[in-house]
Amino acid sequence: MARYLQLLGVQFRASAASAMQYRAAFLVEGVLSLFWAGWSLVPVLVLFGHRPVLQGWSFEEALVVMGWFVLMKGILEGAVNPSLQAVVEHIRKGTLDFVLLKPADAQFLVSTARFEPWRVVDLSASLAILAVAFHRLGRWPEPLHVLAALLMLLCATWTLYSLWILVVSAAFHVVKVDNLAHLFASIFDAARWPVTVFRGFWRVLFTLVIPLGLMTTYPAQALLGRLTAGTAAAALTGSILFGAFARVMWLSSLKRYTSASS
Amino acid sequence: MRLRAIPTLLRIGLAEAVAYRAEFLIWLLSTNMPLVMLALWSAAAADGPIGRYDTQALTAYFLTGLVVRLLTGAWVIWALDAEIKAGTLSYRLLRPVPPLLAYACENLAAVPLRLLLSLPVTAVLLFTSSDGHLSGEPLRWLLFPLAVAGAWAITFLAMSLVGALAFYVESAGSIFELWMGLFGVFSGYLVPLDLYPPWMEALSRWLPFRYMLAFPVELVTGLLPAERIAKELLVQWLFVGGLLLLVSLAWRRGLRHFSAVGG
Repeated sequence: MARYLQLLGVQFRASAASAMQYRAAFLVEGVLSLFWAGWSLVPVLVLFGHRPVLQGWSFEEALVVMGWFVLMKGILEGAVNPSLQAVVEHIRKGTLDFVLLKPADAQFLVSTARFEPWRVVDLSASLAILAVAFHRLGRWPEPLHVLAALLMLLCATWTLYSLWILVVSAAFHVVKVDNLAHLFASIFDAARWPVTVFRGFWRVLFTLVIPLGLMTTYPAQALLGRLTAGTAAAALTGSILFGAFARVMWLSSLKRYTSASS
Repeated sequence: MRLRAIPTLLRIGLAEAVAYRAEFLIWLLSTNMPLVMLALWSAAAADGPIGRYDTQALTAYFLTGLVVRLLTGAWVIWALDAEIKAGTLSYRLLRPVPPLLAYACENLAAVPLRLLLSLPVTAVLLFTSSDGHLSGEPLRWLLFPLAVAGAWAITFLAMSLVGALAFYVESAGSIFELWMGLFGVFSGYLVPLDLYPPWMEALSRWLPFRYMLAFPVELVTGLLPAERIAKELLVQWLFVGGLLLLVSLAWRRGLRHFSAVGG
């Protein structure tokens, strides 16, 4: 365990060092992600301009979901996407051999290969949105609710990561996976809306099949003090099971890997 | 010479689209935003229409939007970005056909396949919107292909223009994402334009995005008043002409700047 923590430290330092070389990129990326955080509020503003309450969600409450969405997007693009994009490249070129040869778990190595520390900007944008939302609500979340929200954040991150591992596992079978990443991003976009707003097919899809609800709606509900213990427990078990499933898929896909060239 | 090459280029493009059909399908599936927005706006309109839109009008609007989006898709920016960076653009330059024409053919050749795949959506659309939410005027339907062609041309040319930036800067891709962000808001893709405050709707008429989606959609759903049709069609094709001019300028200057790295 200690060895893996040490490894994580090494991988993170390497990413930080390479990020420091592109300071101009940081400025551009930072400004862009602040812009996006603001820009993605436009549909929310218009929708709630026409309807003060949408399926039991007020504007402020929807804003809390939006804040979590910005945060999760930051985690996705800063900690999950870059590494896993690199695996796909490894699989295509057959250079995954070099990773597999190393004396550590391959899933751990590929998942921590690259971080984009500059994505911290998203965290601040998210906090700003949450602050505005709670300021407008006229109350601040209770410590217990914050704790619950943080637990949900862990579940959400874990699920998001597992989903991505599944996508990468698919890359062993259908090599051209940049499209899958694109599809994933386009579906993830729907997480900016509270999942309970959707009905019928979409509700089932976003709650059970692609657990978007778990990623943004549940943490937001926890922060608002509206999350029931039952839902929280279900989210916890769900995310653990999802992670286990992703691990199994990863291992079975890895068996199919035949170094392409090299 | 150039014109003779076009049928062959189109055939190659179609063969490629068919060969990579799984990828093609995944790419199309990622155009799911209109359906999500439809679900969302329908939930909002469940207890009374929003502006001019009740649930059925929203269905007609967003499904038509999906069809238009499926038909007008282009991906030249990604190809350009990758080929300019990798230097493989030089192979294209050796051929006697201008690269942009070749790209245009590749992109256009996928349209039959896109048409085929958007048929189910169209069927649902016709089935759910038979009660007057689609226009019955033949003139609007005659102009629809022209409006869609204009929408495609703006999409393709804007992509080529931003793609030409890859001759100079590293991050043409993220500049294009900026463009897509503006598109989402000002084209009526996420929100029907007349639900915005008046000043924003007015602003959208001065930007190219409206003519890439909302114009053809409003044309056949009958949301566009008859007296505006000719004017908007003209504006759309003025944008096409202007972009064509800009693209050919940018492309010529960019090529002079291009030195195949690696290749």
